[in-house]
Amino acid sequence: MGDRPLIYAGLFLFVALVTLPVWQGIAAQSSTVGPELKAPAHKKQCVAPRAYMREAHMELLMAWRDGKVRKHERHYTAADGTVYNVSLTGTCLTQCHGSKEKFCDRCHEYAGVSAPNCWGCHTSPPAEPGGVAAVAAGGMR
Amino acid sequence: MDLLSSFLIMAALVAVPLLAGVAGGGQGVLLVGIPYAAFAIFIVGLCWRVVGWARSPVPFRIPTTCGQQKSLPWIKSATLDNPSTGTGAVGRMALEVLLFRSLFRNNRAEMYGQRYVFGDSKWLWLGALAFHWSLLVIVLRHLRLFVQPVPACVLALGKVDSFFQIGAPALYLSNVIVLCALMYLMLRRLWDLRLRYICQFSDYFALFLLLGIALSGVLMRYGTRVDVVAVKQLAIGLATFQPVIPAGLGLVFPVHVLLVSTLAAYFPFSKLMHMGGVFLSPTRNLANNSRMKRHVNPWNYPVKTHTYAEWEEEFRDKLTMAGIPLDEAKND
Amino acid sequence: MTDDRHQIEQKPPRSDWRDPAVEFRKGTYCHSAGAKYVEALGLPNPRDWNPADADWKLPPDWKQIILDGMAERLEKYRSFKLFMDVCVRCGACADKCHYYLGSSDPKNMPMVRAELIRSVYRRYFTPAGRVFGSLAGGRELTEEVIKEWFYYFYQCSECRRCSVFCPFGIDTAEITMIGRELLNLIGCNINWVTKPAADCFRVGNHLGIQPHAFKDSLEFAADELEEVTGIKVDIPINRKGAEVLFVMPSADYFATPHYYTLLGYMSLFHEIGLDFTYSAYASEGGNFGLFSSHEMMKRLNAKIYDEARRLGVKWILGGECGHMWRVLHQYMETMNGPADFLEAPVSPVTGTRFDHARSTSMVHICEFTADLLYHDKLKLDPKRNDKWVVTYHDSCNPARGMGLLEEPRYVLKRACNQFHEMPENTIREQTFCCGSGSGLGTDENLEMRLRGGFPRANAVRHVREKQGVNLLACICAIDKATMPTLMDYWVPGVEVAGVHELLGNALVMTGEKERTTNLRGEPLQPAVPETPPEEVPHG
Repeated sequence: MGDRPLIYAGLFLFVALVTLPVWQGIAAQSSTVGPELKAPAHKKQCVAPRAYMREAHMELLMAWRDGKVRKHERHYTAADGTVYNVSLTGTCLTQCHGSKEKFCDRCHEYAGVSAPNCWGCHTSPPAEPGGVAAVAAGGMR
Repeated sequence: MDLLSSFLIMAALVAVPLLAGVAGGGQGVLLVGIPYAAFAIFIVGLCWRVVGWARSPVPFRIPTTCGQQKSLPWIKSATLDNPSTGTGAVGRMALEVLLFRSLFRNNRAEMYGQRYVFGDSKWLWLGALAFHWSLLVIVLRHLRLFVQPVPACVLALGKVDSFFQIGAPALYLSNVIVLCALMYLMLRRLWDLRLRYICQFSDYFALFLLLGIALSGVLMRYGTRVDVVAVKQLAIGLATFQPVIPAGLGLVFPVHVLLVSTLAAYFPFSKLMHMGGVFLSPTRNLANNSRMKRHVNPWNYPVKTHTYAEWEEEFRDKLTMAGIPLDEAKND
Repeated sequence: MTDDRHQIEQKPPRSDWRDPAVEFRKGTYCHSAGAKYVEALGLPNPRDWNPADADWKLPPDWKQIILDGMAERLEKYRSFKLFMDVCVRCGACADKCHYYLGSSDPKNMPMVRAELIRSVYRRYFTPAGRVFGSLAGGRELTEEVIKEWFYYFYQCSECRRCSVFCPFGIDTAEITMIGRELLNLIGCNINWVTKPAADCFRVGNHLGIQPHAFKDSLEFAADELEEVTGIKVDIPINRKGAEVLFVMPSADYFATPHYYTLLGYMSLFHEIGLDFTYSAYASEGGNFGLFSSHEMMKRLNAKIYDEARRLGVKWILGGECGHMWRVLHQYMETMNGPADFLEAPVSPVTGTRFDHARSTSMVHICEFTADLLYHDKLKLDPKRNDKWVVTYHDSCNPARGMGLLEEPRYVLKRACNQFHEMPENTIREQTFCCGSGSGLGTDENLEMRLRGGFPRANAVRHVREKQGVNLLACICAIDKATMPTLMDYWVPGVEVAGVHELLGNALVMTGEKERTTNLRGEPLQPAVPETPPEEVPHG
């Protein structure tokens, strides 16, 4: 009775909140196109298969970190026998993927994945070549 | 019986998308068709139920008063447990909805010899509160998959939820809490014989569904992994009515989606509607002011009473004899 | 029954709640309503029948009547519709019901009691129930279900204790009230509710006391009061132009120990010189209609406002009664108002305006007296109550349907020197019912009454053993009628009294003779606290 407008207003609010992604999607003209990553021109193969890297690169990076910091394992042998230098900045970013902004952040920001504490220690290679010296020194701050 | 049937249905709901995934078909139905249908049923059904409640009036002001009334100015009244104003009632409802005030009162009667002892019993309150709040946090966190760009508050919520930075991806506290709380809520239904006596299909099924949803979600995040970018593409596609099915969604993801869809579609037809109902309970959301302000019953109708005139007529002799004053002297 | 005394136990239920079979065991159910009372009220299907019989002589279309009745009530009461839908069976209410605690019968758990009707609602009124039946928690409506309803809806005293603990505020009283209304539609009433209602409708009060006897009874009380105090008080009846109409439950002028409470009111009104009148027409504040149907409640309640209007009073004062105050506080003005012919009540002695009752214009006597005491308008000698070590039983309806908690305590603490509370989970909004409320206080139902009253008695026993309590004060006519039996059985040595009896004892009246007895005619004596029996872990 007297409280019906209140109930309907509450209901409306609830439905509006639940369908928020629809309205936001329309307003922001969201598309289903995900972030595009440029594959490095000079390399055809990552340290692990592409599908694995998409889903589970954090496992590999954590394993690299633990191995390098705790057991001084500086080299990683991929499934195809290629040996890589264990270094997020030096190997992954500098050699192929560019920088955190150009590579990591694309997906991380898209999916709202807060990066774990990688960047508490590592730096991203600067876009300018002047930063290579720092990278060569190990990429640590 | 109810336990078994709910478990079997649950098992089927898990098996179907797994089999479909292995066979490599049915993705369109599982990931697009069913979610759309379920969400539509959820919204329409929920509105239909709430409107149904709203259409029935509240003929009487019947708050359950759980504290001192407002009467004499020198007596302190319980403004939240027995509100006398609309603001107080809003406060009472806020405590009820956000903190489960009534459940907090819970105690347990235990028989010791030939006497009852009433001990505090806060586990149900804690379990229920933990479950509902974690569920809310989890639902809000999922907005990161449906909205682009991700709102800052959703990111912040995720940061707080993964405050301890355990592992990568970081462990969400809400995931741990929701699983513990659900396990507790399930086990007490099996363990407590009083409760088990009345438990029905709906009670078990809702818990199975929620457990299944939580477990499949946790499994994807910390176990089998899933390509979050692909998930988000699917989610955005659904939300903007341009569905796409990207590769890399794995086997577990369709299970998660089917269980959530089932829950959503089941919601309006089940006890889960308590989510809306809690706001409408006339024993909680009304101020206890029925002697201060007249509450109107829209269908109040005249009834047959025994009027004073009829009564006087019937007992005239006795009234006269007893010398009780009459309204009308007899004319004849 | 005597042999069962020590067999109250909590045993886990084993049976299936869906099975409606009920055994009507003597002592656990109430007699059916006599045909003449059903007829007198114009209710359907008057006949002679017995709940223990196989054939209940239901009307041929009983099932349709019930289903139509449910449909109508689902549209009229949001409470009913909502409470049918939102229970999650969390179990918080299970051990809050005094009937469950006393009987261990699982169908007395509030959620199950509600489920008895909810299952029928699901089967016939919800899509899930219509399609999936039992799997969706639905049950067919059969004659057995009707019998089960009758048994269990007359094993609920509408005390609302479960509602305090329910996270959605589901009020079993509301469900029981609707359940009883539905049963009334096919003529399944109990005599202890229908006869008083019929008497109240015709004569003016539940006990069927006719106007001349009403006057006799009050005059007799005045004589008794004169013997104790030496003061002769006036008995104004149906007096037009009085400022206040005083309405009390009829037991107050008919039954003991209620009677001593009446003496208390009389001395109080005389002492403050209240300009008031009793009414022989509105000679009942209680309302057994509440235990029968909303319509009957309205029919019986109507005479209070009608009489106030006819007599031209300014406001109404109400005596000590539990369910009476549920009706007066939460239903009266909605049903029979607006009370625009009355004024906002103002105490003629203190000038206090009872603003909280400004619309309904009806004040509880405990509110009225507490205000007098607060303003020091009464001279009290609490030593006259020193014989009593008092505890206070919150009556269900004033506690949970009103919130009248402090006023009676204030009066008691001023009128008595020795006052002790029962354990906190058993008082105030968590108070336990006497086990006989809502029209179940009849002798054929004695076993169930004693079982249902056990949790209350259990708490009284605690303060009896700890503090030597020997008097249970309360403000409910049904309490006063049934608690003496309850106390005799479970806690011998504890008597029952109204708050205003104790006030009357302590009240020093102008011009009174030296009192040698209390209002009961028992000699005044100094306190001799009884030695409590052995210490036992508390209950």
